[in-house]
Amino acid sequence: MLIKIPASGECREPEVTAEAAYLNRRQVLRGLVCSGAVAGLPSFAEASERYSGVTTAPAPEWFADKLTNARWQAVAPEGEAITPFADASQYNNFYEFGPNKADPARHASALKVEPWTVLIDGEVDQPRRYALEDLCSESQLEERIYRLRCVEAWSMVIPWLGVPLAQLIRQVQPHSSAKFIRFETAYRPEEMRGTRSGFGLIDWPYVEGLRMDEAMHPLTLLAVGMYGRTLPNQNGAPLRLVVPWKYGFKSIKSIVRISFVREQPTTTWQSMAPQEYGFYANVNPKVSHPRWSQARERRLPGSLFSPNLRDTLLFNGYAEQVAGLYSSMDLSKDY
Amino acid sequence: MRYPLWRSAVFACVASQPLYWLYLAWQFALGPDPGKVLVDSLGEGALVLLLLTLSMTPLQRLTGWAGWLAVRRQLGLWCFTYALLHLTGYLYFLLGGEFSRLGEELRERPYILVGGLGFVGLTVLAMTSSRWSMRRLGRRWKKVHGLVYLIVILALLHMLWVVRADAGRWAFYAGIAAALLLLRIPVVSAALASVRSGRNKVGIKLK
Repeated sequence: MLIKIPASGECREPEVTAEAAYLNRRQVLRGLVCSGAVAGLPSFAEASERYSGVTTAPAPEWFADKLTNARWQAVAPEGEAITPFADASQYNNFYEFGPNKADPARHASALKVEPWTVLIDGEVDQPRRYALEDLCSESQLEERIYRLRCVEAWSMVIPWLGVPLAQLIRQVQPHSSAKFIRFETAYRPEEMRGTRSGFGLIDWPYVEGLRMDEAMHPLTLLAVGMYGRTLPNQNGAPLRLVVPWKYGFKSIKSIVRISFVREQPTTTWQSMAPQEYGFYANVNPKVSHPRWSQARERRLPGSLFSPNLRDTLLFNGYAEQVAGLYSSMDLSKDY
Repeated sequence: MRYPLWRSAVFACVASQPLYWLYLAWQFALGPDPGKVLVDSLGEGALVLLLLTLSMTPLQRLTGWAGWLAVRRQLGLWCFTYALLHLTGYLYFLLGGEFSRLGEELRERPYILVGGLGFVGLTVLAMTSSRWSMRRLGRRWKKVHGLVYLIVILALLHMLWVVRADAGRWAFYAGIAAALLLLRIPVVSAALASVRSGRNKVGIKLK
């Protein structure tokens, strides 16, 4: 299936690498895979070639199979340096594993991500539990290099691997009465030590939501990998949402439940501090947050004496594609 | 000078910490956002030093050792230094040196205002910490330095405001601060003194 994403801020695939070299590389790889040289480690071959410093990880068979036919760089913002894998995988917010940035990388390995099922329910013909591989079976993997902007005013550029959410929605055929989608993160206290804290303020499980048109937008991705490999647990393995024009907390991790609902769901941060975290959470330099100024951001990695500060872009630089979704709304009210 | 070794040891410990953080930042060991980590560490360090400063008197009461009081002023001045570095780090690493935006930050983000007020308080204490000021202010000196209790509360409020999802660390500091403030209530501090004399009695009895 072809997804058309018009944008001025993106470079087209052939511009990235000379096409000949690109195809040649694929052929070489395919040859290697067929010859069995790296048959056991296809993800290793891809990952190590595309991005340096990537820690390899065992991938389930279905993922490794899809990797060879993935659409690499299906979306790539122009002139953006990709954040090193080490930073993207060591500096995370995933409160289920602790409140500090280094906690998820330290503790998330306790999460068992295989096998993984996702409950799809609500306003849909056949609510049922899907195995992750069945959920992704019909779609091709795409690499999308997106800016990620955290509400705490730091940002990264991450090459995700995943399938468009719209495709999955069509696959499960929700009713027309479904106006919103509600997502839920796994809640397993025995594997998630952050949820066992006596001073935690979050009411688990973590919940996020999207309006149906946002969910159907071609930029909205359900990621199963990053940097040419599966997702590290701390980055939301094995299945997470990526909504590049919204603050990072909207991109819910380790999804176990997707519900099609009539009413706007109450999301985790919104229920904790509605004056700080709106349902829409669109990146907007003009709408201030009580704790962090949103006018500028720190693009990571930064070194101590060049903190890499830059102006935040409306809708995180994706305004051309998504502004239409909000044309009738006052974004200072519906923040 | 009394306790030269003890005072130098405290000095070396507290002075080396920021240098160690700088070294880590230089080694890229503070992660991809070193400025933020440094600002947070300095802020937390200032709070720890403030609580340590406040523990010196009760510790002296409890143990009878005058060495605690010998380092109290030093710790207080270090707390001010850490807070100054915390503020400087915030201005340069997080605000990017755009001082024009400071007014807006103070207006829109009350925790920054509260932190700023705490810093003003610490500045007053640091400026009046010399023997000359003590003589000059006489009795009022003690009153002025009672500000420290207000500063503890401001510092904790400042920290609570940035807690996102887990208040565990904050509760730890708040618990210690509450205990230290309780110890300032005359009845409690008298009880603390009697604990010491009581223990001595026991010691004598045992002999």
